[in-house]
Amino acid sequence: MAARWMDRDLVWSFRHRPDVVVWSVVLLVIVFAAIFAPWVAPHNPFDLATLNIGDALTPPAWAPGGNRTYLLGTDDQGRDVLSTIIFGSRMSLLVGVLATLLAMVAGVTLGLVSGYAGGKVDALIMRIADVQLAFPAILIALLVDGVARAVFKTRFTDQLAFYVIVIAIASSGWVRYARTVRGSTLVERSREYVQAARVIGRHPLAIMFTHVLPNALNPVLVLVTLHVSEAIITEAILSFLGVGVPPTQPSLGTLIRIGNDFLFSGEWWITVFPGAALVILVLAINVLGDWLRDALNPRLR
Amino acid sequence: MTAFVLRRLLQALLVMFVVGFIAFALFNFVGDPVSLMLPPEATEADRAAMRAMLGLDQPFYAQFATFLANAMHGNFGISLRLGRPVADLILERLPATLELSFIATLIGLAAGIPLGVYTALKPNSWLSRFLLAASLVGVSLPNFLIGIFLILIFAVWLGWLPSFGRGDVVHLGWWTTGFLTVSGLKALILPSITLGFFPLTIVMRLVRAEMLEVLRTDYVKFARARGLTERAINFHHALKNTLVPVITIVGLQLGGIIAFAIITETVFQWPGMGLLFVQAIQFADIPIMAAYLCLVGLIFVVINLAVDLLYVVVDPRLRVERPAGAH
Repeated sequence: MAARWMDRDLVWSFRHRPDVVVWSVVLLVIVFAAIFAPWVAPHNPFDLATLNIGDALTPPAWAPGGNRTYLLGTDDQGRDVLSTIIFGSRMSLLVGVLATLLAMVAGVTLGLVSGYAGGKVDALIMRIADVQLAFPAILIALLVDGVARAVFKTRFTDQLAFYVIVIAIASSGWVRYARTVRGSTLVERSREYVQAARVIGRHPLAIMFTHVLPNALNPVLVLVTLHVSEAIITEAILSFLGVGVPPTQPSLGTLIRIGNDFLFSGEWWITVFPGAALVILVLAINVLGDWLRDALNPRLR
Repeated sequence: MTAFVLRRLLQALLVMFVVGFIAFALFNFVGDPVSLMLPPEATEADRAAMRAMLGLDQPFYAQFATFLANAMHGNFGISLRLGRPVADLILERLPATLELSFIATLIGLAAGIPLGVYTALKPNSWLSRFLLAASLVGVSLPNFLIGIFLILIFAVWLGWLPSFGRGDVVHLGWWTTGFLTVSGLKALILPSITLGFFPLTIVMRLVRAEMLEVLRTDYVKFARARGLTERAINFHHALKNTLVPVITIVGLQLGGIIAFAIITETVFQWPGMGLLFVQAIQFADIPIMAAYLCLVGLIFVVINLAVDLLYVVVDPRLRVERPAGAH
């Protein structure tokens, strides 16, 4: 796999797509800012001591009434919008990436088992996948979230909400991995090297993970890239609907939800800038994912 | 063909069975069914009677059967938050969601098909390039952001259209419609554009791709060789043959539209089922969640089934009887 990354073709195709290069730089900047948010952000929006309520609802710096210290303005509590966006992207990326990884691990494992074991196990896993595929991901995520709320009731803390949303998004997205990996596994299973491994008596699990899996991973890579942006959107939707991450650690979706309340009083910047940040983040990942899909699989062009 | 139809029917029943089971598990294990079904002021005698009526002393499968029978009669108990029968609440909000979804689908088709045909016939015009780029952005744009931006522009800045609610509705029996009043129609515009945006981009890209495919086929070349007018070729020969996949995708999208209506309804405070469902999740209102799950499950299954059967009608190749497992 490591060799694939350094593949000359991939590098060549990357350097000949200026749009992809530009969007990758955008994505790198966002990811960098998100990881180092406490040092990059001009203010700490969650340090109550530094908040000045007198600065609440300041418009962006270039608008009349704007203030140089707050480039994109402030929200109703005097928090710097640019800083909340940086911290919000951090939360959005964290949930998106974690949920994607969780979905990938679960989906790949189930797909491997399904394809390698066959028979009843295969039938059961694939029927569950079929039923789930009949419903949109957002509905599954909402339902998982709602059930968790009903089960934990008053014990539903902010910390728990974070894990619940990761699990909810992951459980709505594992099917694609399971199907893809199952398909490749079915092909690989009948190959001679797998039969040879079986003949020398290797454990089925060892065969699955050391022999079959590496050969089934390429399409998974593409799925992961595109899934991250989808997971980020799903998180934003859940947070916007008020069932996502808690307001104490807002994601971009939470920020948009908060800003939405101020739309009518004219404070558009509180919602428009986090919204724009979300679109740019998702678009950057999508462009990269589309390019990766085409580059890794020339037949799709 | 009968085998195909039967197999699809069986699959649909299986899905409904699973959905029903999940709803049952929600209702019986997550929630406390006795307090779910009774108003809070019920006495201990009421509770005992309810327990007997629900058959909670009975074995698991009997309970499940009772739940299914109740569900088929539309009896999902009483909302924890609103204290009213769930069936009434859902029935009240069903017309709002269906009208919104219907108009959104209409927008998706009425705008998506012509735009798709245009971008396929004139692939190099600047308008086509713009439309394709815009549709790519549109796919990346979460539904609720479109709604917020529309509200900002048309309701807040320009003040042309209302940004929340359904406007005045007219009662036709139990159905309420916003189609017959000016304020109802005005209230429909922004939400239906928001909801219709995604199907529009999908239909446009799909029609374009299919048209490009069909225009390359031999029978279109032959039609051109026969000297038929471009108009007849494009619309009679080409477009007609692109419609099969379009029907499928639009049909499958219809379910997605009802699901995405949850988001649009929240943005516009549209009094539909989706808004009810979101509020039910926030308040862990199990009976509404279970009922919504069953209803939406039913809608999805019926749509998937209808699309499959429509496929048989449209595509004669499927009507040929084939040995099982040969597909």
